[in-house]
Amino acid sequence: MSYLESTVKHVPSGFRKILYLNWPLILLLAAVSGTGFLMLYSVAGGNLSTWAEPQMKRFGVGLALMIAVGLVPIWMWRNLAGVAYGVSIMLLIAVEFFGATGMGAQRWIDLGFFRLQPSELTKITLVMFLAAYYDWLPAKKTSRPLWVLLPILIIVLPTLLVLRQPDLGTAILLLAAGGGLMFLAGVHWAYFASVIAAGAGLIAAVFQSRGTEWQLLKDYQFRRIDTFLDPSSDPLGAGYHITQSKIALGSGGWTGRGFMQGTQSRLNFLPEKHTDFIFTTLAEEFGFIGGISLLTLYALVIVFCVVSAVMNRDRFSSLLTLGIALNFFLFFAVNMSMVMGLAPVVGVPLPLVSYGGSAMLVLLLAFGLVQSAHVHRPR
Amino acid sequence: MRRSRAEKEAIHGKLSRRAILLGGAQLLFMGGLAARMRYLQVDQADQFRLLAEENRINIRLIPPKRGEIFDRNGVQLAQNVPSYRIVMVREDAGDVEDVLDRLATLIDLTPEERADALAEIKRSAPFLPVTIAEDVSWDAVSAVSVNAPALPGVSPEVGSTRVYPRGSDFAHVVGRVGRVSQKDLDALEDPDAVLRIPRFNIGKINVEAREEDLLRGAAGTKQVEVNATGRVMRELSRREGQSGADLQLTVSAKLQNYVQARLEGESAAVVILDCENGDVVANCSAPSYDPNLFIGGISSKDYDPLLQSKYRPLVNKTVQGAYPPGSTFKMMTAMAAIEEGIVGPDETVYCPGHLEIGGRRFHCWKRAGHGWVDLETSLKRSCDVYYYDLALKVGIEKISAMARRFGLGERHDLALSSVNSGLTPTKDWKLQNRGESWVIGDTVNASIGQGFMLASPMQLAVMTARLATGRAIAPRLVKSVNGVEQPILGGGPLGMNENNLRKMRKSMYAVVNDRRGTAYRSRIIADGLRMAGKTGTSQVRSAVVNNNEVPWEQRDHALFVSFAPYDNPRYACAVLVEHGGGGSTAAAPIARDVMLQALYDGEPPLEAYPTADRARIKIQQSRLRDVKPQARIAKGKDQA
Repeated sequence: MSYLESTVKHVPSGFRKILYLNWPLILLLAAVSGTGFLMLYSVAGGNLSTWAEPQMKRFGVGLALMIAVGLVPIWMWRNLAGVAYGVSIMLLIAVEFFGATGMGAQRWIDLGFFRLQPSELTKITLVMFLAAYYDWLPAKKTSRPLWVLLPILIIVLPTLLVLRQPDLGTAILLLAAGGGLMFLAGVHWAYFASVIAAGAGLIAAVFQSRGTEWQLLKDYQFRRIDTFLDPSSDPLGAGYHITQSKIALGSGGWTGRGFMQGTQSRLNFLPEKHTDFIFTTLAEEFGFIGGISLLTLYALVIVFCVVSAVMNRDRFSSLLTLGIALNFFLFFAVNMSMVMGLAPVVGVPLPLVSYGGSAMLVLLLAFGLVQSAHVHRPR
Repeated sequence: MRRSRAEKEAIHGKLSRRAILLGGAQLLFMGGLAARMRYLQVDQADQFRLLAEENRINIRLIPPKRGEIFDRNGVQLAQNVPSYRIVMVREDAGDVEDVLDRLATLIDLTPEERADALAEIKRSAPFLPVTIAEDVSWDAVSAVSVNAPALPGVSPEVGSTRVYPRGSDFAHVVGRVGRVSQKDLDALEDPDAVLRIPRFNIGKINVEAREEDLLRGAAGTKQVEVNATGRVMRELSRREGQSGADLQLTVSAKLQNYVQARLEGESAAVVILDCENGDVVANCSAPSYDPNLFIGGISSKDYDPLLQSKYRPLVNKTVQGAYPPGSTFKMMTAMAAIEEGIVGPDETVYCPGHLEIGGRRFHCWKRAGHGWVDLETSLKRSCDVYYYDLALKVGIEKISAMARRFGLGERHDLALSSVNSGLTPTKDWKLQNRGESWVIGDTVNASIGQGFMLASPMQLAVMTARLATGRAIAPRLVKSVNGVEQPILGGGPLGMNENNLRKMRKSMYAVVNDRRGTAYRSRIIADGLRMAGKTGTSQVRSAVVNNNEVPWEQRDHALFVSFAPYDNPRYACAVLVEHGGGGSTAAAPIARDVMLQALYDGEPPLEAYPTADRARIKIQQSRLRDVKPQARIAKGKDQA
């Protein structure tokens, strides 16, 4: 193993590892999470215990886990990638049978003390497994059809399982993250071009099929698309969320209405104000300045990850870091697009800010992997 | 996988390029998000801020308290009483069906009501209270309160209902309220928003309707913050409305009650005016009905009999009715003649029982004739020929003009619905409305209040009050508004020769107090309270047949107008008994009885009645006392 031979002697040991942690990244993540606590406190109407406190506890646990994961040598994680992927596939299958139903979709496995959301875990294990795959795959085979087909299968399997839940949002994120990783790994342009062309064709076919007997989407799904394209067509139904979100966001102005003064979000005009629509509250209460600040924090997280990845000479570490960063990006990009009326309403939380157990823990675990790659990079 | 250094460099180079490419794309996208955010929050902020306010603030109306209505002595005629209803809030109830079942064991809830309530609950927002039962008894409220733990989401609520404690006595004065109908809204150019509140009541007839603007008051508003589902989160501001004005009417509840009771069994109308200021102290139309039945909607079981009765209980006969005034009109013909100086009061006319005019024979009611009659005798004995003669000399225009000066043919501005203007015909009127020219026979008929001549009992009472005082008395029904005394309209001198008026009154005195007067049997004995009046019988059909031989609908209307005391007129009164027969037999006794009641402000002593009547009166009074008195509800209310 080239990696071990070349790196093992450079790996810092013991307590010194702590110094090598990507501290700026940790501070960024803490800042983002802190924003989350503030907003959860606000949307609970000034109540700490409703959402903010449990979220803080989770962050504490997650932070500790992140550092613990970060201190574990990266090669161990690489060796575990296949197992992790296998376990998440099994869990996804298990939710089919034992899953608790929430919001009309089967998503959780209730472990008693914790509600595990396998689809969240899958976002990370998929990236891990793909990174390990490309670390193992000889570079010249990267774009060969057979070796392109294999990662596609690796991506499609969990995607289909997540779609069955049904969780369209996560499924799209899995596809996007997997595809992004294949792009980073160096798969030829032509594949992506043809996929985009095929995708466009498929979308056309879907629209064409509307009203015919071979209709590809359910009626309500079509209606959702209509609503997205023209929210005013259903002002009290699905379009309502988008309209209300835009009103709340827009009424924030430059500096916002002030902390805890966001009337729109306070008055339940917004559904799920503590999860998917929390950015709206932030934008309403802290205005454009608040929104842009959070966006900047997110951008810096991405920048730090890319820098860490580029500095890293190890293929697995780089791909893993970039994959996790991409995942992170997709999270907040989709969420923000959604609340700003740029994307249809799909259930994607705002990373580290939205209230949610699995999402936060899994994200912090993922950044633990980024830390591990950072700490154990060849120097 | 063993890789050479060069291979590793190549891989890493490609990875870095693509990483930076992808990272750049991500940053570009974030730039797009920032631009979108700027567009929404900066460029369009004003617009969204406006939308946000609209979203958030809701203006709710607070229904005003409707003004209450009192009689001249502060007896309550229309009041607002708390009414209880049982409401249910779905989100608090849990198992709605189960709770409804439990509720049904406590209050009367028919299966239909239960089904209606259930449908309503399912239809409305989960946090909105839905009315399950309205106007429930206090017992039901207590039962619900006591069992509250077993009835989650169910609670009693207090509302306000209009109640008319004097019931049918005042249906034809106070009127009633009812739900706002689409017709009511259409009739208004700019309907008050409060009218659109569900279950809001407005005055439908009589004082309640005519004084609606005063009684309703102005709605208050409260600004409430609502959330997306309409639930009120908190009250932001509150502007109290203006309660409706309390009205004090000129009527006396006690007198009105007596008169209504006295009219029991008749289809009749009585108006009593105060000669001093025109106050309507009694305005009775019989039969009446209970306006309370209409509150919250009347059932057809209750309504159909009212609609179909030939006695027309829903019609306010005092002001809506228009009847030929019959012989009560003779004073007008006489006044026209003597004021014009065409005939003197003491000139006599020979009545052979009929008068031949243009080859047509006009009869006096007394076929045998009255012989030589002067003004007093003609009135006292109600000779028709005397007036035929006067009319021929004076002409219809002068007679009608005189009648109008006494308030006939005039639409008195009263706070009652459908005030009839009656009719004092002229030649032009007939030409325009009938397309025929006036003939002398019309004048002859008009002279004794027949033919085209029409008057309401109210107008006849006004006429009598003007005769009694010589002043242009105008009827007044609203005494004070929120304690502020209302102006007395009219009352100025009529401009008649006082001697002529005195002569007229003296003749009217004779009608009642002369042994040969038509109303002698209905005189008042008490000294200083003597009554003067005039009987009238208005023909419903032209053929002269005995009243007892024709069906009720074809019998003559009985009329009587009077004032008392003769020396110092205090009250003027008009009595109409539909199809009652002769004025002397059907109407005059009623007038005497009610006038005595008014003059004594309560039960008069038997000595005030003629000896022959006392036994009957005694029986009648005992019967009247048996009429269930209405509860007096005046206490606890600041008297206006």
